[in-house]
Amino acid sequence: MSIYEAIRAVVEEMAPDLGITVTESWDDAILDIPAESLLAVGRELKARGFDRLGMVTAVDRDEEFELVYRVQSRTLSAAAFVKTRVARERASIDSLYEVWPAADWQEREVWDLFGIAFVGHPDLRRILLPEDWPGHPLRRDYEDANVIKRPDYI
Amino acid sequence: MPLQIESRKSTVTEEGLPVEELVVNVGPSHPSTHGVGRVIVHLDGESITKADPVIGYLHRGIEKMAENRTYLQIVPLTDRLDYVGSMYANWAYCRTVERLADIRVPERAEYLRVIVCELQRIASHMMGIGSAAADTGAFSMFIYTFDVRERIIELFESLCGARLTYNYVRPGGVSFDTPEGWTDQVLELLGTLDASLDELDRLFFGNVITRGRLKGIGVLSAEDAVAWGASGPVARGSGVDWDLRRDDPYSVYPRFEFDVVLGENGDAYDRGRVRLVECYESARIIAQAIEQLPGGAVRPEGLQRLIAPPPGEAYDHIEAARGSLGVYLVSDGSPRPYRMKVRSPAFCNLALLSKLCEGHTLPDLVVVLGSLDPVFGEVDR
Amino acid sequence: MAIVDRLGAALEGAGGGVILTSVDALVDWSRGQSLWAFPMGTACCAMELIAASFNKFDFDRLGTFPRPDPRHTDVIILAGTITEKMKPAVKLLYDQMPDPKWVVAMGNCTVSGGIFYYDTYSVVRGADTFLPVDVYIAGCPPRPESMMDGVLQLRELVKTESLAPGKRHARELLLPEAPAESGGES
Repeated sequence: MSIYEAIRAVVEEMAPDLGITVTESWDDAILDIPAESLLAVGRELKARGFDRLGMVTAVDRDEEFELVYRVQSRTLSAAAFVKTRVARERASIDSLYEVWPAADWQEREVWDLFGIAFVGHPDLRRILLPEDWPGHPLRRDYEDANVIKRPDYI
Repeated sequence: MPLQIESRKSTVTEEGLPVEELVVNVGPSHPSTHGVGRVIVHLDGESITKADPVIGYLHRGIEKMAENRTYLQIVPLTDRLDYVGSMYANWAYCRTVERLADIRVPERAEYLRVIVCELQRIASHMMGIGSAAADTGAFSMFIYTFDVRERIIELFESLCGARLTYNYVRPGGVSFDTPEGWTDQVLELLGTLDASLDELDRLFFGNVITRGRLKGIGVLSAEDAVAWGASGPVARGSGVDWDLRRDDPYSVYPRFEFDVVLGENGDAYDRGRVRLVECYESARIIAQAIEQLPGGAVRPEGLQRLIAPPPGEAYDHIEAARGSLGVYLVSDGSPRPYRMKVRSPAFCNLALLSKLCEGHTLPDLVVVLGSLDPVFGEVDR
Repeated sequence: MAIVDRLGAALEGAGGGVILTSVDALVDWSRGQSLWAFPMGTACCAMELIAASFNKFDFDRLGTFPRPDPRHTDVIILAGTITEKMKPAVKLLYDQMPDPKWVVAMGNCTVSGGIFYYDTYSVVRGADTFLPVDVYIAGCPPRPESMMDGVLQLRELVKTESLAPGKRHARELLLPEAPAESGGES
């Protein structure tokens, strides 16, 4: 049974009102969920053996931000992506700190670089840039007169 | 630099004497912070109530730069992430690109990648143990471990020309084949390595002062290690039996026989000792890899320089010296990635600092930081 | 050393323009032979700085001894990328060093920003934007042999200092290729 099928089997046992759709990408499983059910899905996954949160990151798709989480399970020997979307103007979502404390610094980094606020995080402040830095650099519309763009050689 | 201090806690004892909390700043330039890390320590007398790490002094924006570089041009950037272990940093990135673009790596290249990664793991652990030893005052140990590291770096220099940032593992394979007699030199090094590691073990971990300073400091339980996302020797020192080379095998690792080293108590002593004993296992893997090394090309035929994978995303990880190093790439069909994210093990391990230091004294903070082995190029990216 | 310093200051006050050549030469020679360095190692170049100070390439035989405290040192070796967040700390440490002091920029990142010149928002492009650099050592990272060459060139620069404050010798510097200006005002 491939990893994708194993994850599909786990998701089928979970409550259908969480709104999870599973897709496959390069032998990996992606769980697409609406932003409101993030905390509920997180608790369910933790209860079913996904004991590690590997990575929290965001991708700026120009109309919205796509949040990508990587959850791993040692008992099932499997891992999956959990993806959700937040609107650009009101970028905030629940924090997963109470489910996996590993989300602490990872969410602070996403706040620092993208400006997505995590509701329920114990200590949300900038981590990589100085406290008084204007703006969030990894957004695609970040303007900074200090940046010199590399000319296109290819 | 603005220093965020909450109002200091002050109380009054029964005799009416005022007691105030002391806030001490350690770093960013400090001999024992392993680079540019800063810790703001709140002390109640001698014991630490809170140790807040401030990072970002080496944040160079590599993830943003990667959006304007082709896939091959990003390889030197990954060198500078974990600069103590450039070989495996390159490898984690290349594995993700190969996954995304569906490139098949020739077998000789896979074996060479394993050999250089395990050699790099030994070199990185030597740096980790050496700097942790220097923090406790055993400066000669630092110099002794650098002797082993220097021998490995000489081998790398004859292989690819560079001493620190190798740019050796490229998407699709490796950049150069081994020169004449290189594998014999590696076997010669392995012959002397066991004796050197025994000596280091006896000198440092057998020393009564080391035991007094490292045992019982910074105890991390196995559940906390997993919940906080720790990986590598930090998690294995607490008994978490998880090593990606065995449990999520990649490349040609299934063909080798090696043991996963575990600690028992989860204190700084166990974490350091796990690093040392892992070097013996790495030596075993290298010996087996050289025996099985096949001939052939080190790069696939017909791979263009401008890799333009189809739109999609991929995540791949390897067992680096510090833990599970992963790279997440999103491609939009062009020769440059849409987003690159590096999941850095040192960043996740460093989040444990505040938890591990509670109740200890200020010298113990330095010991705990040494046992977590951060490399700030990787923490800050 | 204090008497000799006061002698120089006294001569300056007494009309200026006097250089004590043989005393200067002796003092400069001994300064050059024991340049205590403050290793401001931020990134990858710090690994090469450490490797250069240890077993194989021993810096100590040149007299260059690493001290972790800026108040005990003559030279600050900037090894590694300097970011905007780190810049005030580096400036503070440079200010804490007593005179006379020199600055060595080691590695491409401190020379010009190096590989991080383009597209990044948080890197200072070259240490000479905020510090007066005396010796530039190029390389990414520079080999320990380049570092030793840099220190030897720094010694030549040290030999042009005079005790009379602010004065320099018009001395021919024994550098690899003769520079346009040698020594400056005297």
